[in-house]
Amino acid sequence: MNVLGIETSCDETAAAVVSDGRVVASSVVSSQIDLHARYGGVVPEIAGRAHVELLVPVIEEALARAGIEHPDAVAATYGPGLVGSLLVGLSAAKGLAMSWGVPFVGVNHLEGHLFAPVIEEPSLRWPLVVLLVSGGHTLLVHAAAPGRYRLLGQTLDDAAGEAFDKVARFLGLGYPGGPAIDRVAREGDPGVFAFPRALLGDGYDFSFSGLKTAVVRAVERRPEAATPDVAAAFQDAVVDVLTTKAARAVGAVGAKGLCLGGGVAANSLLRRRAPEAVDVPTYLPSMAMCTDNAAMIAAAGSFRLVQDGPSPLSLAPDPGLFLELER
Amino acid sequence: MAWMLPARSASPDATRALAARLAGVARRGDVIVLQGSLGAGKTTFAQGFARGLGVEGPVTSPTFTLVRQYPCTLGQLVHVDVYRLDHLSEVADLGLADLVEEGVALVEWGDAARPALGPVTWTVDITRVGTGAGTAAGSVGTGARTGTADDERLLTVHGEDDARRGEVASALAGQVPGAA
Repeated sequence: MNVLGIETSCDETAAAVVSDGRVVASSVVSSQIDLHARYGGVVPEIAGRAHVELLVPVIEEALARAGIEHPDAVAATYGPGLVGSLLVGLSAAKGLAMSWGVPFVGVNHLEGHLFAPVIEEPSLRWPLVVLLVSGGHTLLVHAAAPGRYRLLGQTLDDAAGEAFDKVARFLGLGYPGGPAIDRVAREGDPGVFAFPRALLGDGYDFSFSGLKTAVVRAVERRPEAATPDVAAAFQDAVVDVLTTKAARAVGAVGAKGLCLGGGVAANSLLRRRAPEAVDVPTYLPSMAMCTDNAAMIAAAGSFRLVQDGPSPLSLAPDPGLFLELER
Repeated sequence: MAWMLPARSASPDATRALAARLAGVARRGDVIVLQGSLGAGKTTFAQGFARGLGVEGPVTSPTFTLVRQYPCTLGQLVHVDVYRLDHLSEVADLGLADLVEEGVALVEWGDAARPALGPVTWTVDITRVGTGAGTAAGSVGTGARTGTADDERLLTVHGEDDARRGEVASALAGQVPGAA
């Protein structure tokens, strides 16, 4: 069965075809990063308009690369995200499903990220601990099996990716902040500053707001400090907290693997440290699968279609949608 | 006539308590602008304000999502961050006027976006003490736990409506019980 996935929740306009729930037949992402670089972030009106312009060619490309005329079902992200952006992908998915006479299924973007490792790791063994770190989310999830999630912890203030963006902007490194800090930090000495590790020994929740403040304060006190050192020490603090908590969670729930997901999972220090912190396999998604893409949406959609059946065509965008958790 | 009321906070906890008390005198339809540099404590204030309105669970930064909404005692708490927006038309696109009809809006970095916000009830300026904030003689103490010198903040509430000056003063002075 071929499922067409459509993802427009935020920056990316993406479409992909996934066969049998896990084989990526095509995956097309039309990155809007260049457009947003001028604005320093995600601008909803611009994002919405760009999605409208890009979506049809992106879908056509995904179908052409997969070598099919139409899929057996259409999946689209219905939340969380920017409402105007979500509407574009969701409306297109419903219209296409109707005209092709195939089922439509709405997908939770967060669950999509949890399916990235399902696509890439045929040897994946459950239960898993998933660390999902992006600009909008920092979640530590216990996934007992596909569709069975328990929230272990989340950020209490800023998401990890947001901390990267804000610190990068403060340091004049530009947008997106994650890759900029990653790059600059390689030439820096993380030992020059000792930035705080909030809540390090305390549960599974995260807090990055104080770290951002500490960076600002440190640079004000020592304006002569080298930017690479500041970036390296900041990155070290974030990665330290993320890996420490993820490793503790793996031990506590008896997970058979640790999965990373979200844009921050592309960070080179996190990718190096995470496998060192645990004694179970660590699944590091490819760069393309860390960031928003439609293949993970198609994979999650395939699962939901089997599990719950098609979604109603009345399904509305849900900007504040959260992961559906087990009680 | 425009008025301003200062208050000192010694720690993030004290800022949260102060914000919760201010929330206690907020009304449906109010728009509150939060001003302060990166790391000044806008999110901390928002967390306390939300607690004061009975919001449960984490109140996380709306920077990435631009708007986050929470059910609260006044309807919806609409937490907005216009940090990423560079054009007033984009702020207008958020449809804040419609959102605030359902409750109370807290707008971070809202000062520059003022022309697109409609009537603002209060502006809360948060500055770090000793970094150009000047002295705050006569400001109201918060009486909360001590923090480090780095944690000290001066909060100044600016308003236009004389009728509500008194209740804000009482809230800042701790005479209105916060829900936190």
